[in-house]
Amino acid sequence: MADRGDVIIAHHLCKGCRLCIVSCPAKVLEQGTALNQQGYCAALYRGSGCTGCGICFYVCPEPGAITVRVRKLGEGKPAA
Amino acid sequence: MWEIKHSRSASFYDRFERKGGNTEITHYCPGCGHGVMQKLIAEAIDDFGIQDRAILVGPVGCSIFMYYYLDVGNISASHGRAPAVATGVKRARPEAVVFCYQGDGDLAAIGGNEILHAANRGESITVFFINNGIYGMTGGQMAPTTPLGQRTTTSPRGRSFEVEGPPMRMCELLATLDGPAYIERVALTNARQNMRARKAVRKALRNQVEGRGFSFVEILSPCPSGWKVPPEEANRWVEKYMVPVFPLQVFRDLDHSDRLPKGIDVSKGGGIPFAADPPVPAAEAPEGGSVARGTIGEEALTLSGFGGQGVLFAGMALAEGAMREGLEVTWIPSYGPEMRGGTAHCHLRLSRQPIASPWISRPTSLIAFNQPSIGKFAHAIQPGGLLLANASMVKEVPDRKDIRIVRIPSYEIASELGSAKSTNMVMLGAYLELTGAVDQESILAAFVEKGTRPGMLESNRRAIEAGRRAAVEAEQA
Ligand SMILES: Cc1ncc(C[n+]2csc(CCOP(=O)(O)OP(=O)(O)O)c2C)c(N)n1
Ligand code: SF4
Ligand code: SF4
Ligand code: SF4
Repeated sequence: MADRGDVIIAHHLCKGCRLCIVSCPAKVLEQGTALNQQGYCAALYRGSGCTGCGICFYVCPEPGAITVRVRKLGEGKPAA
Repeated sequence: MWEIKHSRSASFYDRFERKGGNTEITHYCPGCGHGVMQKLIAEAIDDFGIQDRAILVGPVGCSIFMYYYLDVGNISASHGRAPAVATGVKRARPEAVVFCYQGDGDLAAIGGNEILHAANRGESITVFFINNGIYGMTGGQMAPTTPLGQRTTTSPRGRSFEVEGPPMRMCELLATLDGPAYIERVALTNARQNMRARKAVRKALRNQVEGRGFSFVEILSPCPSGWKVPPEEANRWVEKYMVPVFPLQVFRDLDHSDRLPKGIDVSKGGGIPFAADPPVPAAEAPEGGSVARGTIGEEALTLSGFGGQGVLFAGMALAEGAMREGLEVTWIPSYGPEMRGGTAHCHLRLSRQPIASPWISRPTSLIAFNQPSIGKFAHAIQPGGLLLANASMVKEVPDRKDIRIVRIPSYEIASELGSAKSTNMVMLGAYLELTGAVDQESILAAFVEKGTRPGMLESNRRAIEAGRRAAVEAEQA
């Protein structure tokens, strides 16, 4: 089944604090190994399994680091 | 196919322009609670549509840079003074949504007094109190809220009851007062608690929009750097070491809208943005330094001399007279510790418009009672302004062609009248003659009101009138 949610982490705005990673109930976030411009290992989305719950957004201290999207109403079914 | 559910709030600036910093991210340490809190505040401001009337009164502390992030009106208060500043802003702008954002060093230590009194008065403001139990900005010193046993740079053996005293609980303290309408403590420890904090932030702001009274939210907040632990551990630390000392609960939840001063419609802000306010005319450039009574735009007068010359008293007399004529007036004194000698000056604004600031850096008029006053203030007189000098003590006046300079031997004049002490009234009289700022009768009436003895009143009248005559003569000379 297609995921209900989707998360976009702005690599260059993340401070690698891991709060989103440890808070995500679906455990779909992980820490990357490459340093970003600020010298932090940014969080990464594994690419699937996000429910769009928004928890990562509300634990993240950085205003622009996380964007959470959900599937538009009526599009819950997998695309053909 | 996707729609955005959570993203950067519109109430944040697009770029965080600041000196020497990365303009895309905040300056907070990884995992710092300040970032989370400011996101919650920004989101609430977005959702309530109050960005144009929200005014942040910021602290000194790590979050001092908050004004680089939140795109709302802002004032940076002196350390701990945010509630006093917010009081002034809210009273002047009842339709604004005025909120203080303060750390525990700022609010509970140096600013302990301000918050107690603002809360006690029940000011219609919102206060966010970010308690991380430490001075973050200055490198981790003990705060009034540091839990017992915690090691900081100023409690290296751990805070002890005997030496440093126990931590202060601000919510509990404020809840002893009748003023506050809403007091709650929340914590940033995990997603669930963060959502409680979110609710409290929204309630505290909504309360103000609805005019429900003083709202105070304490947020137990992680400071990984000050505590020297990684972010995840800092969140657990809040739970383990802070929550037991600072219980999470609602301490007060009342509606104080019945206490609003009469005639203030807080709902008005919803429909009337600041931009629609009638424009305040710029202070008219006073002709010849000052404008005749009845047309006064704004008079910014500095009176300066030695302590004991009656400088402050003359300023006060003028202020009292001006108030009787319905002018807006501010008078702020400045003097040394000496009762006699030393220096004294005061700044006086007289205006037909509400006065934004009592401070004067460019006076329209200077009354200089002694020579040092010339050195200190004469260069700052606005072009077209007036310098009225006490010639008895001022031997040198500046070589300025762009101002009116009048010299009066006021000490000699006063001595001739048999009262050397009324030098100040002679100078005041000359000033009234030259500017017409206030009617002398208004000043004398104020004296009467204050219970000045008839003999003294007569002597003041004679001195003022002698000053007026001297001014006319000096102008003719
Ligand atoms: C009048 C004055 N006294 C002292 C200081 C030094 N100072 C700067 S921030 C601060 C305390 C900050 O602690 P807190 O309010 O808890 O905020 P945090 O940095 O932890 O967010 C102090 C004492 C100052 N700037 N001004
Ligand atoms: S929205 Fe929820 S499920 Fe998706 S990444 Fe964030 S925390 Fe995990
Ligand atoms: S919470 Fe924010 S800053 Fe921290 S790792 Fe996740 S995305 Fe990065
Ligand atoms: S020192 Fe503490 S309060 Fe200050 S930015 Fe760092 S983590 Fe935040």
